[in-house]
Amino acid sequence: MEKKQGVYICSGCGIGDSLDTEKMVNLAKEEFKVPVCKSHSFLCGEEGVKLIKDDMSSEGINTITIAACSPRVNTEIFNFASSDVILERANIREHVTWVQPPKDENTQMLGEDYLRMGIIRASKSDYPDLETTTENKSLMVVGGGITGLTSAFEAAETGYKVTLIEKGDQLGGFAKKLYKQLPMAYPYNKLEQPDIQDKVKQVESHSNIKVLLNAEIEKVSGMPGEFDVKVKANGSSEDMKVGAFVVATGWKPYDANKLDHLGYGKYSNVITNVQLEEMASKSNGKITRPSDGKEVKSVAFIQCAGSRDENHLPYCSSVCCMTSLKHASYVREMDSDAKAYIIYQDMITPAQHENLYKEVQKDEGIFLTKGDPGAITENSDKSITLEVKDSLLGGDIKLKVDLLVLATGMVPNSPDALKLDYRQGDELPTLNWGFTDSHYICFPYETQRTGIYTAGVTRQPMTMGQSAQDATGAALKAIQTLEMKGRGETVHPRSGDSSLPIINYNICTSCKRCTEECPFSALEENEQGGPIANPNRCRSCGICFGACPVRAINFKNYSMDMIASMIKGIEVPDEEEEKPRIVALFCENDAYPALDIAGINRLKINPYVRVIPVRCLGSVNVSWINDALNSGIDGILLGGCRYGEDYQCHFITGSELASKRMVNVKETLKSMMLEEERVQQVEVTLNDYDKIPQIINDFAETVTALEPNPFKGF
Amino acid sequence: MSNPSGLPSGNKSILVVGGGLSGMTSAIEAAEVGYETYIIEKQAYLGGRVAQLNQYFPKLCPPYCGLEINFRRIKTNPRIHYFTLSEVESVSGEAGNFDVKIKRTPRYVNDKCTACNDCVEVCPEERPNDFNFGMNKTKAIYLPHEMAFPMKYVIDSKYCKDNCSACVTACKYDAIEPDMKAKEMTLNVASIIYSTGWKPYDATKMDNLGMTPHNNIISNIMMERIAAPNGPTRGKLIRPTDQKEAKTIVFVQCAGSRDESHLPYCSSICCMASLKQTTYFRKQYPDSKIYIFYIDLRTPGKYEKFLSNVRKDENVVFIKGKVAKITEDPKTQNLIVEAENAITFQKVKVEADLVVLASGMESSLSGNGLSNLGIEANPEGFISPELQKDGIFSAGVAKAPVDVTTSIQDATGVALKAIQSMRRS
Repeated sequence: MEKKQGVYICSGCGIGDSLDTEKMVNLAKEEFKVPVCKSHSFLCGEEGVKLIKDDMSSEGINTITIAACSPRVNTEIFNFASSDVILERANIREHVTWVQPPKDENTQMLGEDYLRMGIIRASKSDYPDLETTTENKSLMVVGGGITGLTSAFEAAETGYKVTLIEKGDQLGGFAKKLYKQLPMAYPYNKLEQPDIQDKVKQVESHSNIKVLLNAEIEKVSGMPGEFDVKVKANGSSEDMKVGAFVVATGWKPYDANKLDHLGYGKYSNVITNVQLEEMASKSNGKITRPSDGKEVKSVAFIQCAGSRDENHLPYCSSVCCMTSLKHASYVREMDSDAKAYIIYQDMITPAQHENLYKEVQKDEGIFLTKGDPGAITENSDKSITLEVKDSLLGGDIKLKVDLLVLATGMVPNSPDALKLDYRQGDELPTLNWGFTDSHYICFPYETQRTGIYTAGVTRQPMTMGQSAQDATGAALKAIQTLEMKGRGETVHPRSGDSSLPIINYNICTSCKRCTEECPFSALEENEQGGPIANPNRCRSCGICFGACPVRAINFKNYSMDMIASMIKGIEVPDEEEEKPRIVALFCENDAYPALDIAGINRLKINPYVRVIPVRCLGSVNVSWINDALNSGIDGILLGGCRYGEDYQCHFITGSELASKRMVNVKETLKSMMLEEERVQQVEVTLNDYDKIPQIINDFAETVTALEPNPFKGF
Repeated sequence: MSNPSGLPSGNKSILVVGGGLSGMTSAIEAAEVGYETYIIEKQAYLGGRVAQLNQYFPKLCPPYCGLEINFRRIKTNPRIHYFTLSEVESVSGEAGNFDVKIKRTPRYVNDKCTACNDCVEVCPEERPNDFNFGMNKTKAIYLPHEMAFPMKYVIDSKYCKDNCSACVTACKYDAIEPDMKAKEMTLNVASIIYSTGWKPYDATKMDNLGMTPHNNIISNIMMERIAAPNGPTRGKLIRPTDQKEAKTIVFVQCAGSRDESHLPYCSSICCMASLKQTTYFRKQYPDSKIYIFYIDLRTPGKYEKFLSNVRKDENVVFIKGKVAKITEDPKTQNLIVEAENAITFQKVKVEADLVVLASGMESSLSGNGLSNLGIEANPEGFISPELQKDGIFSAGVAKAPVDVTTSIQDATGVALKAIQSMRRS
């Protein structure tokens, strides 16, 4: 497309009182030969918008730079971008006028640099080609328990074809072993008959669902919309195409053999909650002692058996308290003279589950107390004596019971069910303790493997009701990936973006950094070790191009050359003028908006700093830093999200990778005989807007204390 | 679209009532699948309760960060339509064809507003800042908060006096319309999701805990505002009556929750909220001392790790026991908290600079007439899904008292249910 540039500078909201906008209009005309440059006092008003639109139609303007407010506001008003119109915004309100003294020489220079960078950005930007490659809009659900059944059913009900894969010979999972299930509806205080059989029937009879039993995946390759799956079912292999996955491979009970300190394995009448459930289910509620088959008269439950324990499972398994309340009710239902004792740390019955707890508390045959289990011994009649310390029933007590039940927790099954043929390994990435994504509070369905969503206890311990709810959300996200990729859009967090990495194989050295560092394992390797893009796995973050040492990867609307040219476009005054120049590469999700909010609060910012938004700090290429230093920029500040265990980077590892690349930066600095302090990475959250002036000033002071960059003027 | 397997024909759409994180999530997720969605929000801004939080547990990250991304998803998606200062008046019809009558309260500021702040500079009147629970003031014309979306000012006309038109004169953009009238509009939609969220339980109802607007007993949600950098104290942890640094703090758990005379259910979030707020104090004042009175510490699943980390701090004392009484020392304005330790049966007395009541969540619709809205609440005030008619759904805390991430999970699944309902009809 032939570009015809238009530059529109707003003088409203105080901009005109702070900056000489006419001078800026002339700058655009003279320095950049922009054919149409105008300033207006209310660009986002009807008249201002009409001004731009008229120029588009009468002058054929198709590359627009608007120098006005932050691109984060008035997005809906300045919505001219389309497949043949490029729009860039230069933020001279929040980042200049509102944070600088008016009519100051430095303020003007700052505004002009932002205008230059905006014009360069627009001239270097191109609209991405739409790639719509979603061929297959079916789902594969892995795991036939309550979660998998629900995902399969909900997706099928929405009109999508589903293949449900189950390793075992029947559907239903753990729910099938239940004698009764926890309450699912108000008043949430009565145990319910399990309804898993109904769900199994619904799934088996659904015309959109194909069920494969005794089936396991041997290999998954490809990408959303066109995954190739090799499935082995009943002894024979089959190749299938699917669009997206929901993985609901569930959990296994914590290995009670590790709980011999609680008598398991030592005494025959010490069993787990899973064993109790199976017993009740098989015998229609009759609970007996394993040692002699006699019906029990007294049962004690030890909560957190292996959970909330650094030596076993450090987390809370969430369901065991409710399960023991249920089991205590079984005991009482079977025999109104029998007694049940529940020894807990904290009774975890959040939200409406409190109602079940209250109902059980009304039962005079059920004793509930906080307490620490002490010695557990077996008596000659095989009954168990349990000491409880610090109980609420009056200090230390001893209980003699027929049966001791250990409320053991849940361990997620291994995340290897898909056997991914991916560069970065065949398993789904896990967080702490083997649970899969998400790590984000606001985005519980964030995934590091695009088009593959996990649900249920694979993600975290939860009840059946919560699992079904989670399964429905995961089904939506899988469907959404197919529809978005079908429209050529990437999924969260850059949802709607159509840009994809373009690899220049002529200069690629097959160093494998990009294939190794992509947080989504979107790149595979060709025979030479060079990257093969899988566009439907891509999230358009730019981490691959940040990694590339030879600038071989680019996006049409975000390129090596674009940012490098913007940096080079900054006017660097001579040394004698004592006006240092600092480039701040700020993450557009957090650090950049934080500076906007600093602007809204009219906080004062150092005038020597030029902020360039980047998709992620992980997309910052070391060569930009090189370019900046070579053009005489005195310091470079990288502002991005927290990294490490509680990372906040929306691209998982972006800010962490940036910090690792700082090692290369230091080498560059050394080779240029420049000081290490010239480049620094800081963690900035959106809430840090009040600290931003300080962060920037501190850095500016550090840089100013050094000699000016000797490359100035070269 | 190569294979439009699931997308609608015609102009059917989904209405989401409530523009908090849960409602925004349902609307955005459905719109990203490909459906038209409408958000109706009572406040002047989207974002709901989480906009008032300083940090989320357990990551201690700012809610603004997720809001920023969600606002961007809204701004760039033409399928999402939103209306602030709007409330549902009535719902008629059936699944696939609901007519929803919506009342729109005047903002008195039109879309020409550029958020330049000139109006605030000249406004002579002040109002209590409800965003900060009255702990400071704004002008009668104000921006609800710095991240307010849409970024438009609003006038609280109750506080305007004598036909004052200072702001009208000051505005260069003709954005202020003192004569703006309430409007009605009707939307025809295929399905409706209620994401009306929660309000803090009124902790002054618990006489024994002694909270008044004039002492150093505050609720946990007020605590969030005090800790927030854009709160009334700019994040400095000081107590309301005399701005003294709060260094000995008592948290009272289940203040209203798990109590038959108040909220019979557990509000799920308050244990983690207090543990989180404990870290605010411990970080700002290394010599601070925290006492947490609780019944059970409910930190399910992965939250356990947060609890075990706070437990390692010697300056945080956990006492299992319900607080019986809180009294104020009139001389020092300190609070005397009395309780019985449930394990040792000993009476405990703690003198604190500040008491934070971990007051629970009540459904926003509690106390409202619901029949016009086409929904039914359970006796606890929540919109249980099994009580609703075809085509009407609830999500997040409108459905049950749950934490942020569970609300969003729910809102995502409910978006699919609403899509199904639309496709069926």
